[in-house]
Amino acid sequence: MRGWQALFYKEILRFWKVAFQTVAAPVLTALMYLLIFGHVLEDRVQVYEGVSYTSFLIPGLVMMSVLQNAFANSSSSLIQSKMMGNLVFILLTPLSPWNWFCAYVLSSVVRGVAVGLGVLCVTMWFTPLQVVAPWWIFIFGFLGAGMLGAMGVIAGLWAEKFDQMAAFQNFVIMPMTFLSGVFYSIHSLPDFWETASHFNPFFYMIDGFRYGFFGQSDVSPWLSLLLVGSAWFVVSTIALHLLKIGFKIRG
Amino acid sequence: MLALSFQSVSKIFQTPRGSLQALDGVSFDIQKGEFFGLLGPNGAGKTTLISILAGLAKATSGRIVVNGFDVQKDAAQTRMQLGVVPQELVFDPFFNVREALRFQSGYFGISKNDDWIDELLNSLGLTDKANSNMRLLSGGMKRRVLVAQALVHKPPVIILDEPTAGVDVELRQTLWQFIAKLNREGHTVLLTTHYLEEAEALCGRIAMLKQGRVVALDHTSSLLKNASSNVLRFKLDEQLPPELAAQARITGRIVQFPANDAQQIENYLSAVRLAGLKAQDIEIRKADLEDVFLDVMGSSS
Repeated sequence: MRGWQALFYKEILRFWKVAFQTVAAPVLTALMYLLIFGHVLEDRVQVYEGVSYTSFLIPGLVMMSVLQNAFANSSSSLIQSKMMGNLVFILLTPLSPWNWFCAYVLSSVVRGVAVGLGVLCVTMWFTPLQVVAPWWIFIFGFLGAGMLGAMGVIAGLWAEKFDQMAAFQNFVIMPMTFLSGVFYSIHSLPDFWETASHFNPFFYMIDGFRYGFFGQSDVSPWLSLLLVGSAWFVVSTIALHLLKIGFKIRG
Repeated sequence: MLALSFQSVSKIFQTPRGSLQALDGVSFDIQKGEFFGLLGPNGAGKTTLISILAGLAKATSGRIVVNGFDVQKDAAQTRMQLGVVPQELVFDPFFNVREALRFQSGYFGISKNDDWIDELLNSLGLTDKANSNMRLLSGGMKRRVLVAQALVHKPPVIILDEPTAGVDVELRQTLWQFIAKLNREGHTVLLTTHYLEEAEALCGRIAMLKQGRVVALDHTSSLLKNASSNVLRFKLDEQLPPELAAQARITGRIVQFPANDAQQIENYLSAVRLAGLKAQDIEIRKADLEDVFLDVMGSSS
């Protein structure tokens, strides 16, 4: 076994040992959103031709859960290890910045995908769901989870206290996911907010992901792929750089 | 052959209240197979030096070489050479003892390590705790696991940063027997401790740090030889006059004077008598490392 695989496996086991909190709870949250918003809006809103609002909502909720949980995994692991001091066990090993990056980001992808699949399984019971282009679903699911895993690494390295981490989560990640078109099509927004949404990389993740289900989207999935891929690359480069310089972890 | 080489290591911390020089040109070498003690009062820079050695911090200038590998340039190779027992009692609350040791082996690229893990558990008296969660262990048990974690990859150089702080007598015995055995088998040991008795008993050579500088570096026996050879020790119920108290080391009722010969001892005793005080339980003992330490720390200011 290579060193990074040990760290990857440890990170998986870390969230799996508390799966009730890290997997079951976010699945339940997503289900609540579906029940409440679906109930209120089912007969009032139709975004795409031939797609009920509940169907429209499900891919958005799946992707939102994937993103939030991928972020939560790497960020909470790093901040906890920093606060507890047990990050020293990893700092003392020959694991390289690339090893850290692969282990933390891939384990975040696993957690994001596990929660996403959970949400999909639970919500599937409520309405039939088409799958037009599964490859788009996989690509956007993995890229999105990878990007949020890398953002979690950045936040985990940057935050020195739990409240700083909570601020990052509540003032950056939450608004970006909620304002990305999970619950609505951005075409329904006033011009200003529609334009603003085009600067949010999360919008393209959810739009591209949704295209895989319905074959319809606000923008072309290729454009989304280009932008999400670029954002993923930028975020990953920053995360790797911070790991290389030992940002806030090697004094 | 050199195991460790510290070459003009300096470290300056930038703090809101200005810069703080934690280490100021620290240089010394440790040969392979040595049992070396690094002593100094709190804040002398011991842990900073060990952090730089372990790659947990970067030196402002200077370099450290471990078995020929530069700590900064060859970080991965250096860390394969080092087994570091951190001073803080840290642990991963998600895992039990065996899991923690298996993961630690894994980080060093070792996949099947259970034979050595069993030996470590046995030597450190942890066998019956192997399946206990880390959270449920007592402080002393956690300390033992820290030692085991540092040794999973059989490092040739072992660094112990105050491993016996707050640890009971039994564990200290177990720990030192085990470390001494590893040292006999050829492992180099670098130890920091506040228990000078332990350092005197274990370390062949000693460096003393004060305010980031090396103020003494010698064989333990030479350090002891060069100090005042004897100590006059007695108990006193009253206060010593200030001019005498300035020369003495006073711990509660116990008064100790460093003395080189019989004449000096007589002088001290008569001074006490002339002050109208009654010394009890008078004894004369050989100077130990604590006397040397206090002497060095006092004189080099």
